[in-house]
Amino acid sequence: MHDTLSRTAVPETADATGPELLEAGFRLVGAASDVPMLEGRRATVDGQRVAVFRLPAGFAAIDAHCPHRAGPLYDGLVADGCVTCPLHNWRIDLASGRVAGQEQVVGVHEVIERAGQLYVRLGASACDRGGDCDHAGEPAAGAA
Amino acid sequence: MTTSTDILVIGGGIAGQAVCEALRERDPELTVTMVCEEPRLPFDRVSLSHLLVDGKDPEALQLRPETWYADQRVATIVGDPIAELDPDAGTARLASGAEVRFGRAVLCTGSEPLMPPLPGIDLPGVIPFRGPEDCQTIRREAARGTEVAVIGGGLLGLEAAYGVASQGASVTVVHLMDRLMERQLDDPAAELLEPALRELGVTVLLERQTRLILGPDRARGLRFADGEQLACGLVVVAIGIRSRTDLARSAGLACERGIVVDDTMTTSHPRVLAVGECAQHRGMVYGIVAPIHEQAQVAAETLVVLDAAGPDMVVEHGELLRDDGDAATSATAVATAGRTLYEGSILSAKLKVMGVDLVSIGDADTSGAPVTADGGHATSAAVHDRESGIYRKLVVRDGTLVGAILMGDTRGHELLLDGVKNAREVADPLELLAEASQASPADLPDSAQICNCNGVCKGEIVRAIVDNDLGSTQEVVSTTRAGAGCGSCKPTVTELLRVVRGGQVEEATYLCPCRKQTREDLAAVAREQGCESVSELSAACGAGRDCGACKPGLAYLISEVNSNQHREERHARFINDRVHGNIQKDGTFSVVPRMRGGVTTPAELRRIADVAEKFEVPCVKVTGGQRIDLLGIKKEDLPAVWEALDMPSGYAYAKSVRTVKTCVGQEFCRFGLGESMKAGIELEELIEGLYTPHKVKLAVSGCPRNCAESLIKDIGIVAIEGGWECYVGGGGAGTIKKGELLAKVETKDDVLRLAVIFLQYYRENGEYLERTMPFVERVGLETIQAAVLDEESGEPAALLERFRIAKAACDPDPWKERRAPLHPKQFAELDSEAAPIGPPEGGEVEAERAAATATALRHPALAVTHVSGRSAEESPDA
Repeated sequence: MHDTLSRTAVPETADATGPELLEAGFRLVGAASDVPMLEGRRATVDGQRVAVFRLPAGFAAIDAHCPHRAGPLYDGLVADGCVTCPLHNWRIDLASGRVAGQEQVVGVHEVIERAGQLYVRLGASACDRGGDCDHAGEPAAGAA
Repeated sequence: MTTSTDILVIGGGIAGQAVCEALRERDPELTVTMVCEEPRLPFDRVSLSHLLVDGKDPEALQLRPETWYADQRVATIVGDPIAELDPDAGTARLASGAEVRFGRAVLCTGSEPLMPPLPGIDLPGVIPFRGPEDCQTIRREAARGTEVAVIGGGLLGLEAAYGVASQGASVTVVHLMDRLMERQLDDPAAELLEPALRELGVTVLLERQTRLILGPDRARGLRFADGEQLACGLVVVAIGIRSRTDLARSAGLACERGIVVDDTMTTSHPRVLAVGECAQHRGMVYGIVAPIHEQAQVAAETLVVLDAAGPDMVVEHGELLRDDGDAATSATAVATAGRTLYEGSILSAKLKVMGVDLVSIGDADTSGAPVTADGGHATSAAVHDRESGIYRKLVVRDGTLVGAILMGDTRGHELLLDGVKNAREVADPLELLAEASQASPADLPDSAQICNCNGVCKGEIVRAIVDNDLGSTQEVVSTTRAGAGCGSCKPTVTELLRVVRGGQVEEATYLCPCRKQTREDLAAVAREQGCESVSELSAACGAGRDCGACKPGLAYLISEVNSNQHREERHARFINDRVHGNIQKDGTFSVVPRMRGGVTTPAELRRIADVAEKFEVPCVKVTGGQRIDLLGIKKEDLPAVWEALDMPSGYAYAKSVRTVKTCVGQEFCRFGLGESMKAGIELEELIEGLYTPHKVKLAVSGCPRNCAESLIKDIGIVAIEGGWECYVGGGGAGTIKKGELLAKVETKDDVLRLAVIFLQYYRENGEYLERTMPFVERVGLETIQAAVLDEESGEPAALLERFRIAKAACDPDPWKERRAPLHPKQFAELDSEAAPIGPPEGGEVEAERAAATATALRHPALAVTHVSGRSAEESPDA
């Protein structure tokens, strides 16, 4: 249903080793075993905070904070490929970054598990984003 | 790309949706395509003010779920407006370039907010009150403390202003006229409305003509015609609507203020109909919701009749004609087909503002037109009670009812609306007023409209209840749509249900609303299949799979069914229960250590002070439950803070037993009749660590002066001369209510035992997120007394035994996870090293936990052999 798996299997990185992933712009964020099933954890990639989740079908990564009141999305409840922000229950699709019922879109990032380690590469639009951008851009990876 | 459809509905608002539904009620075969300009499926714009007040997810306002469109085979095109309409050719071109060929089209393009051409109207900070985005802006600005001005004192303006005030922001309504809602109200009613609004925090400025909006960079205030100024940071314009007719005009259709339609809702082109705020019928453009449904019914009827008559048929001037112009005995054909014509709507308006009950029906104002004895036929009768804010008026013209205003007391408004619609003859208006205030839904005629949003009559509701054997309000709402709009008629729907079912109403509350599963359903599944975790329950019946919002409720259910010997899954717990702190607006957590009975020691206070300094805690606050709260702790610091505090978790973050508040009682107080501190501490030890359907706050007072506020607690204990009282179901927050006296008993141990048994009864029978106040109201005190007091039935002892088992397996101090985290990075970030607190020393955690529980369970109040013949006798009130 969600393209989490297809996103992790980007052709250029399908067989890449850890060092090759780093070469391709990915960053090592930690051990896959440290993200329990259907939970999220925060990490920092190239100075940007991201939230990494473990879903039944693999891993997903989006911006760490909710576009509403900057709630910590990594602390949200996860179900059906979506995370619900713990502050005011905004619901965000982890594959597309879309906020249910809202115009806003949260940045989506690529995440790959390789040899028990998690690697994250910021989505295209995330890299261009300025500090005070309102995160209204289109979903970065996954949709591309 | 070209697609084809029999009926093309242009516009995805309430009108477009109403047309689709009215069509499908009549004809399952016609192909229907709805084109929505906005990037979403139709939502309930009428309830926009709810969005503003309670911050509801706009998704909740969606009129129908996506599956409805698939089930009903209504094709939808979303976020792609129609750019060009050619009625002669029967084609429409979308903005994306795609083309749709249609048999007939219905324009439901609605309206846009009227923005007056004032200087500064385009400045940032000037918005209409129209869509979810506007609600978000208002909420955001209100949260910042921005002063808000609302231009327009009509229905919409007042609802917007109320929404702003409900967010705690200062708001001023600026109105051009000399009274509010001048189209619906007369002077006396408007005069009552103003103070009611003022009480809600809304300032009203009348007779102010706004000349310009002050800038320069963004809206900074208003200047009125008299030179006076009003400073503000956000201007909400709600002065009215303008029909959207651009598409109709460019298609060559006749338009005045709206798209001109006849009594069959057909425009000047026989192939095109129009419905809703974009349509002008007999010179009227309706800006409220009820007429939309009436028009949609007529439009659907017209379309179906045309379809049945064959592809060549058209309607012209209300007559059915063959396309070549050959008259085909039009009037007869129309009559045979049983078609209803639209003859205009009675206007009725209900102000959806909390605490202000106001309904205006039809032509309600006679003040503007002076009544003369002979020529002016309008007379009115009113009951006016300024003190209690009640005003009820009827307007009668030529002996028939034409309008009414009900303010402060809206009883009987359905009866009066029905009377206005059917031009009820009125000999004595005062008598009718009296009748209306006695009217219950049972007395209403079947034709009386109950839900003005969705146009549902009493007869339809009654039929739906009988035919489908409906038992709950929730079911009636989803079957009939009555109450699915603004919701203000829901109490009437419930009342009707009660009348039809002879008082038997089972209000189903779903624990998992997505799958329509109640707590009982799910508990039965969990018991039968032996589910020991939320995942197993989800796998068994799907609960919690969809939106996941019910997962914490499922987690509680699983723990309760398994007497806390379940398999804990943190993904099903709210973040508070994963890291054992209460999440704050900035994502930090608060830390409240256990301080039983509100009694502490110098050593504890010293440690708390040291922690506050060492971790630079931003705020140290005494809580309402007589404890100390350390606010603003980062998640990663929680383990170290707990270690330094060396006190157990106070569970201040969970739906669980919180704390027992006490007064000093007999030990110090000269009025004390019982040892309230001692009893409170013992009670807290007995029950701490237990999860409950909702939070449970307790108190023990040493005498009936009730300094610990026992009467407004979930469980409140009061020492009296010669015994103890136990109150349950009190509340002192959103709704204030004195608890019900469960029983009077003789000894402290008796009362603690009773409190524990009641707690267990609530744990087993409460709905998730149902506090004890609504719980006691729902279940009834007598039922509860029978269960917890009747020792001979054996039930109290059984409850006590189940309590002991659950308590023995609960976790009295989850803060021990600082040394034994459930996951290595439970508190730390993924890419950082967790600060080691030190290993759990040789099973110390488990041992301590067992010891603490064992101590609590040895309390005499929990002795299973406990003989307490007194409790049942001592409650003569039962």
